[in-house]
Amino acid sequence: MGIRFILMVNKQGQTRLAQYYEYLTLEERRALEAEIVRKCLARNEQQCSFVEHRNYKIVYRRYASLFFLVGVDNDENELAILEFIHLLVETMDRHFGNVCELDIMFHLEKAHFMLEEMVMNGCIVETSKTNILAPIQLMDKTY
Amino acid sequence: MNPFSSGTRLRDMIRAIRACKTAAEERGVVRKECAAIRAAINENDNDYRHRNLAKLMFIHMLGYPTHFGQMECLKLIASAGFPEKRIGYLGLMLLLDERQEVLMLVTNSLKQDLNHSNQYIVGLALCAMGNICSAEMARDLAPEVERLLQFRDPNIRKKAALCSIRIIKKVPELAENFINPAAALLREKHHGVLITGVQLCTELCKASEEALEYFRMKCTEGLVKTLKDLVNSPYAPEYDIAGITDPFLHIRLLKLLRVLGQGDEDASECMNDILAQVATKTESNKNAGNAILYECVATIMSIEDNGGLRVLAINILGRFLSNRDNNIRYVALNMLMRAITVDAQAVQRHRATILECVKDLDASIRKRALELVYVLVNESNVKPLTKELIDYLEVSDQDFKGDLTAKICSLVKKFSPEKIWYIDQMLKVLSEAGNFVKDEVWHAVIVVITNSPDLHGYAVRALYRALQTSADQETLVRVAVWCIGEYGDMLVNNIGMLDVEDPITVTESDAVDIIEIALKHHTSDLTTKAMALIALLKLSSRFPSCSERIKEIVVQYKGSLVLELQQRSIELNSIIAKHQNIRSTLVERMPTLDLLEWEEKQSGSIPNTTGSTPAHASINIPNGVAKPSSAPLVDLLDLNSDDVPAPSSSGGDSFHGLLDIDLSGAPKQSGVNHSPNNGTDALMDLLSTATPTQSRSAISDLLNSGQDNKTPVSPLEVLSSPSSNSIQPTSSAGAIDLLDSFATNSPIQENNGPAYPSVVAFESSNLRIGFNFSKLPGNPQTTIIKATFTNLSPSVYTDFIFQAAVPKFLQLHLEPASGNTLPASGNESITQTLRVTNSQHGKKSLVMRIRIAYKMNNKDVLEEGQINNFPQGL
Repeated sequence: MGIRFILMVNKQGQTRLAQYYEYLTLEERRALEAEIVRKCLARNEQQCSFVEHRNYKIVYRRYASLFFLVGVDNDENELAILEFIHLLVETMDRHFGNVCELDIMFHLEKAHFMLEEMVMNGCIVETSKTNILAPIQLMDKTY
Repeated sequence: MNPFSSGTRLRDMIRAIRACKTAAEERGVVRKECAAIRAAINENDNDYRHRNLAKLMFIHMLGYPTHFGQMECLKLIASAGFPEKRIGYLGLMLLLDERQEVLMLVTNSLKQDLNHSNQYIVGLALCAMGNICSAEMARDLAPEVERLLQFRDPNIRKKAALCSIRIIKKVPELAENFINPAAALLREKHHGVLITGVQLCTELCKASEEALEYFRMKCTEGLVKTLKDLVNSPYAPEYDIAGITDPFLHIRLLKLLRVLGQGDEDASECMNDILAQVATKTESNKNAGNAILYECVATIMSIEDNGGLRVLAINILGRFLSNRDNNIRYVALNMLMRAITVDAQAVQRHRATILECVKDLDASIRKRALELVYVLVNESNVKPLTKELIDYLEVSDQDFKGDLTAKICSLVKKFSPEKIWYIDQMLKVLSEAGNFVKDEVWHAVIVVITNSPDLHGYAVRALYRALQTSADQETLVRVAVWCIGEYGDMLVNNIGMLDVEDPITVTESDAVDIIEIALKHHTSDLTTKAMALIALLKLSSRFPSCSERIKEIVVQYKGSLVLELQQRSIELNSIIAKHQNIRSTLVERMPTLDLLEWEEKQSGSIPNTTGSTPAHASINIPNGVAKPSSAPLVDLLDLNSDDVPAPSSSGGDSFHGLLDIDLSGAPKQSGVNHSPNNGTDALMDLLSTATPTQSRSAISDLLNSGQDNKTPVSPLEVLSSPSSNSIQPTSSAGAIDLLDSFATNSPIQENNGPAYPSVVAFESSNLRIGFNFSKLPGNPQTTIIKATFTNLSPSVYTDFIFQAAVPKFLQLHLEPASGNTLPASGNESITQTLRVTNSQHGKKSLVMRIRIAYKMNNKDVLEEGQINNFPQGL
């Protein structure tokens, strides 16, 4: 597996979505999120999108007020993860229509369902937006 | 109703949490919500279960405990409806920890759902299993997953493939069952199935040699063709990113080819053409294209040699390195690190660019570049590269200095062509970033200096100069102080001048000045101060004209609150004042430190010291606790080589405790560390380290045997007997008393106030305690009590400790006792001084509770009593 966790954090540093693919205790998660947020949010636009943290890397990208942070193994292709973050945002955009922090907050479970269709156990499942969103749209229609 | 349209109350809760201004307010809202959810759980509320779980997931994300909701997940999973199951599985993946017993309960539901007629429910179960399954579950459910790898719907096949990865990771011996179905997935057209199938194959190759061989034989060609088709595929809107069809699939395919090609010429040969095509044809103006190029370079670097491809790959990295985009430069540095093992020469060509990256504004790039420079350095380029790095050290960020310093030190040590260059570079580093230098590094500098007899003078003069400008760099100060102490005469007399040096004029008093500044500087820590005291002692012998002044400086620390400094001050003062005859032999120049032994010791202790704080390391190393057997226990600066000139052969070693400058930061702690040692270790430690108490007893013994023939106890005997290895502070007074007893008289006794009658404060069948009282003039509240302990029994008492307690209106201060061994039948006694301050002087009289502990015939004895018979008016 390549992806260890995916975080969405607003620019105040509040977590808006967290999905871990390895087990961490509550305390570990809180500490990790605080450290990462402190490290990444302090960086400016010109600096690169990769930060080395402990024994792995964080690939992050900022969209308006929302940061997408992905923790990956050291041998993972950083540029591909960057592209993957963009795919994730585009997918959410297609569903929510210009996704924003509030969409994710108030539809947390939906955001998770989308993520589930894209990443499983740290591996990429699907890269087609249509295929990713199909089960979610089906659900919306049914209920 | 629709549970996913976020029923009003979930929305309300999120709004309420958002509206919170403080963390405390948020905690309040969450606490209330959790209470309500717990109540609903207790009532077994079915209608709102999914909504409660959705709330819990939000609360969980905020970082609050939600374990009480775990069973709710299981209930939802077990219910019939798809919406309930969906949220139940999501909750399972988010809220459950790895407590197997709860997880085991879900195995049955999972099994049913994996066989469900609704494929979406099958998908849910696969996803949950792929994310959280344990080894037992993997064993139980592997047959279901295997079957689902051939399911008609590709969306199930792709999830089953990833689920298989989890299974073989948890239970590697199941890998072979998945080889055939995984190979079948590689022939699929559906991108989701293909990308997951490729990932499964990659994992199988890692898990099983057999799988690797199989895929190499049967699938390499097929994969090459798949990649070729993908590269040449016409525009596919659904997968297109910046004109490239599915870059993610490209990358996974390249990764699998890398695994297959590594170590196999035929497979490597087979993929040469397509790799060349990807490397030359991929557009490099967008991130997606660069991601593919990057992966392609990684594959070219890993597979079996093909000169042409390697050149191509290095050229791509060269282009990356000069790119303006920091992301691209970062990955280039990252990849050059791997390329260096393949083609170091090619990487060397980019040295100048890489060196520029070390100075980049971006910390991530700097870090990568520094690692790379570190591996690029060799004998031929070490001088210019080190110069660049040291120059940059001046202007670098504070938080980068630590890394940079460590790397420079390591390089200088590894590649230094000559000692003078080494000393020059290390002095630059110490002056520029001495506070970031690790203990073992500045220790090594001293070792190297002592090993270069022709450079002693040069080094001490250079250090003296450096100290003028960089007195705030702690480790520089230490090295300088040590060298000035050792080679002060060379400093003053310009001995051993090299041609490259400018002569300097330093007087003896200048040299003492600079040590005094180090001693008194506010940033100097205990180790530095203690080293400075020792250096002063050495100079007092080297510079007789300054001896008196040095004595005055040393005496100032007699009242230091730091035990170590106080003790050193008292000891050194005694040596200067009363032991002129042995002083010059005592402070002779250190013998050359054994470089090999030191390096051996370093390599032995590196696992212990890396990652620990310097203070910590200095406690661990000298004690020998961290590395009991292999490394010699000699501490660098404590120099116990046998050829040390010593005043008396039996006591010589003990005296090194006195010369030892590698203090443990916390004397108490290191004392405690000794207790688990066995006898010989304790002895070695005594000789190699100077925890205050032990050096004390060693000195007292030395002086005993040297001056007082009435106690014919060899120091070694005393040291090796466990009881004398006591860690109680009480034993430390011995040396002071002994040293003081050579003085003509004690100043305290001269100043005695009005006399009070002595009393027998305590008497039992075994023990008598007598108290003598005196008062300091002008301070009637304070009474000085001299307690004398006399053994009335025919057995020796060891480990003797006296403790006392007083009521609140009194303040009690116990000085260390004169010893902790009480000879039998009142032959000798132990004395101890107590100072009692009576805040109710004149109104209340003294009262005291006492407890005496000792060992008689190796049995612990405890005696207690209360003393009420103090004379009136104390």
